[in-house]
Amino acid sequence: MNDTSRRSFLKGAGATALGASVLPFLKVLPASAASGDVVVAVTGQTINSLDIHRTGTNRPSYQVAVNVYDRLVSFGTKTLADGSLSYDYSVIEPEVAESWEFADDGMAIVFKLRPEGKFQDGSPITAADVKWSFDRAVSVGGFPTVQMKAGSLEKPEQFEAIDDLTFKINLLRKSKLTLPDLAVPVPMIINSKVALANATEEDPWAMEYLHKTPAGSGAFKVATWKPGEQLVYERNDDWTSGPLPAVKRVVLREVPSPATRRALLERGDVNMSFNMPNKDAKELSDLDGITVATTPIENSIYCLCPNLAFEPFKDKRVRQAIAFAVPYDEVFQTAAYGRGAPMWGGENATPTDISWPQKFPYSTDLEKAKVLLEEAGYGDGFEVPLSISLSQADWMEPTALLIQENLAKIGITATIEKVPGANWRTASLVEKRLPLHLETFGGWLNYPCYYFFWAYLEGHLFNSSNYRNEEIEALTAETLHMSVEDPEYAPKIKRMIEIVWDEVPRIALWQPALNVGTHDVSGYEYWFHRQLDIRGLKKA
Amino acid sequence: MLPDRFLTIGLRIAQAIPVIFGVIVVSFILTRALPGDPAVYFAGAAADEASIAEVRSALGLDKSLPAQFWIYLTDLASGDLGQSISTGQSVASDLATRLPASLELTLISLVLSCSIAIPLGVLAATRPGSAVDHLCRVLVTAGVSLPTFFTGVVLIYVFYYLLGIAPSPLGRLDFIYIEPDQVTGFYLIDAAIAGDWETWTGALKQLVLPAITLALFTLAPLARMTRAAMLSALSSDYVRTARAAGLTEEKVLSTYAFRNALLPVVTTLGMVFSFTLGANVLVEKVFAWPGIGSYAVEALVVSDYAAVQGFVLAMALLFVALNLVIDLTYTMIDPRIGFQTK
Repeated sequence: MNDTSRRSFLKGAGATALGASVLPFLKVLPASAASGDVVVAVTGQTINSLDIHRTGTNRPSYQVAVNVYDRLVSFGTKTLADGSLSYDYSVIEPEVAESWEFADDGMAIVFKLRPEGKFQDGSPITAADVKWSFDRAVSVGGFPTVQMKAGSLEKPEQFEAIDDLTFKINLLRKSKLTLPDLAVPVPMIINSKVALANATEEDPWAMEYLHKTPAGSGAFKVATWKPGEQLVYERNDDWTSGPLPAVKRVVLREVPSPATRRALLERGDVNMSFNMPNKDAKELSDLDGITVATTPIENSIYCLCPNLAFEPFKDKRVRQAIAFAVPYDEVFQTAAYGRGAPMWGGENATPTDISWPQKFPYSTDLEKAKVLLEEAGYGDGFEVPLSISLSQADWMEPTALLIQENLAKIGITATIEKVPGANWRTASLVEKRLPLHLETFGGWLNYPCYYFFWAYLEGHLFNSSNYRNEEIEALTAETLHMSVEDPEYAPKIKRMIEIVWDEVPRIALWQPALNVGTHDVSGYEYWFHRQLDIRGLKKA
Repeated sequence: MLPDRFLTIGLRIAQAIPVIFGVIVVSFILTRALPGDPAVYFAGAAADEASIAEVRSALGLDKSLPAQFWIYLTDLASGDLGQSISTGQSVASDLATRLPASLELTLISLVLSCSIAIPLGVLAATRPGSAVDHLCRVLVTAGVSLPTFFTGVVLIYVFYYLLGIAPSPLGRLDFIYIEPDQVTGFYLIDAAIAGDWETWTGALKQLVLPAITLALFTLAPLARMTRAAMLSALSSDYVRTARAAGLTEEKVLSTYAFRNALLPVVTTLGMVFSFTLGANVLVEKVFAWPGIGSYAVEALVVSDYAAVQGFVLAMALLFVALNLVIDLTYTMIDPRIGFQTK
């Protein structure tokens, strides 16, 4: 194919098949001039692997698992109050599986696969592929294995291929988390025939091959991938797991500078800026032609964490004093430009419902803070380092400065300690050795008990405060797998929330938001994984 | 004479071997001294202790330092620079795509800044106190006082955002062009080889703004050095003698003064080249340029050992080559400087 025909192909006319020989194309018309089926998006982050199961695969890469692979099931879609779209965690929809049912004793789920289901190379999707993919996810270790475990999917013996189109999961326990966990990006279904043909003795799970060459059945194929530059998606016209997407190609360019991304969107040279800074989102939301979707990230809170391993914070009154000393509104306006949801100023000390996150019953009250410190015997204050991560300095630095200022007013001298990004996880989450620090956790499975499991149980990764409360330990274990419909569920959750409100090992600041700016494109949908799902996009 | 020179060049290259080995040792030790635990970082958001341990052994980080160093050396001997975890590619292939991108940008900007700075410096030196001299001073002051990222953002704002005459700052090629088949990795050369002048023009257009940004930054030392060297050459005895001998002003300037002034300019050029390669990180970020500078910084931030070591090694090799080229250029400018004396 010569250049002219390659070009005309990209303009939407001419050639019909995209052979491997034309894959290294860069060319797609600028958004303003492009035909209706090409979307150009920019993002600030690098996609470093096409395989979510690989060690070291970073968060921005998860979107490949979403767009290029299918899962057994998916979540539904709902319209939020502001008119933007969001996934709906209360609805589980078929994807590769056509239907599913629980065994009579509730200890197994049997999935019927779509008979017409096929991979991008045309081969049928069989239960053996599903089993191989799930075996891989629970065996390779690291993040995929941890995420599978959250749904009580722990070992290969649990998975059975009954026949070509019937797949069975034997459950270790009854859990409300199992089915939703099948809809997260990790349990993607891989074409095992292709993968096995490229596996070696040292690499039985074909990690090296799938890292660069996806073998899925999803709505899009990867046409080109140049790490650090761009990824081009090409529609899979034979997609069997859902309605055919409206756009044919999506070009995702990596543009590190937020100022450049903003200029590109404002000029209309790109259709979408994914994960914009709050400041740009605020300023661009009033512009004609640009739509900014700001969605509070579900099950996620930015927190100030006093560490109970350190003397002053062992006393709950000191933690409460700090919770009353935070200048919440200033922090929210300065560090988040008012985007997201406030998590302070709750009216009751006991929760009225089980929504999570919900407003904590603290607001700025320096007098109350002083009294509490006095009662705890710290009336003269104390000194403490306030740690922040340099890789999250955009929100942590202004937040820490404002908190430092107010802590000084109640006699606490906080010195801001900046920890290099590469060291942050080790210091805050693994060793849990930071006395007072900012931290965040967002749970993929949207249940309060799931948040508690990760953030409030002793020794668990995101409990960087070294908090332990016997009642919370017991209640979390009881509620984690319990059905939400169970009459005991709500009272127990309320009790859990009440306890952590009172003891505040994590002081909630605000619920962060994901900002996405679009120009001439509709159909953007927010997902809990905070990655771009391109399947629903439409050119205006 | 000639075989003699090749022998000395060979000797110079041989002298570089201990330097390179030193760089390998030092970069290995220094990367291990970086803060942070790559195993924890790369194990991902929800990793527990067991999975961190798995990652550690997968990355070979559970072995002793000498053992890790030995593995690194044997890999290196077979041309394997290791895997970068942050980009997910082999370091060798990362360097092969990113180094030409940075070099192309740096070289173009140096050509641009030399073609302005050297004549400007000469003119300023021959007409001290004139308007040209003042212009030179203004440019030099502006060049050193404007940080590159600021110049870059301003240029984008004016020429792309406001006027719309510059192409979108989207890296080496806009969407409308097809990347030329890789031969040298320099898009201008590769496109010319392929005879694809449309892409050639496209690549050139993308180069204009970042090259001007960097050129403004490198202009200052070059212009200053040219002016100073020319001034001292012009006040020297041999120029006075040449003038007294009745040579034309043109001959005096080009042959006697300029040639002698070139030596410090070339020295400065060598230094400017090396720090530009390092300093264009911010320009690369602003223009989404997939170069080596942003690569190295990203790698450092996440303690990506293989990538940092590969970068340091590539730079060491480059500078050894650069120094050799500069030495050879000296002998061409001034035949009195020979290798024989060393």
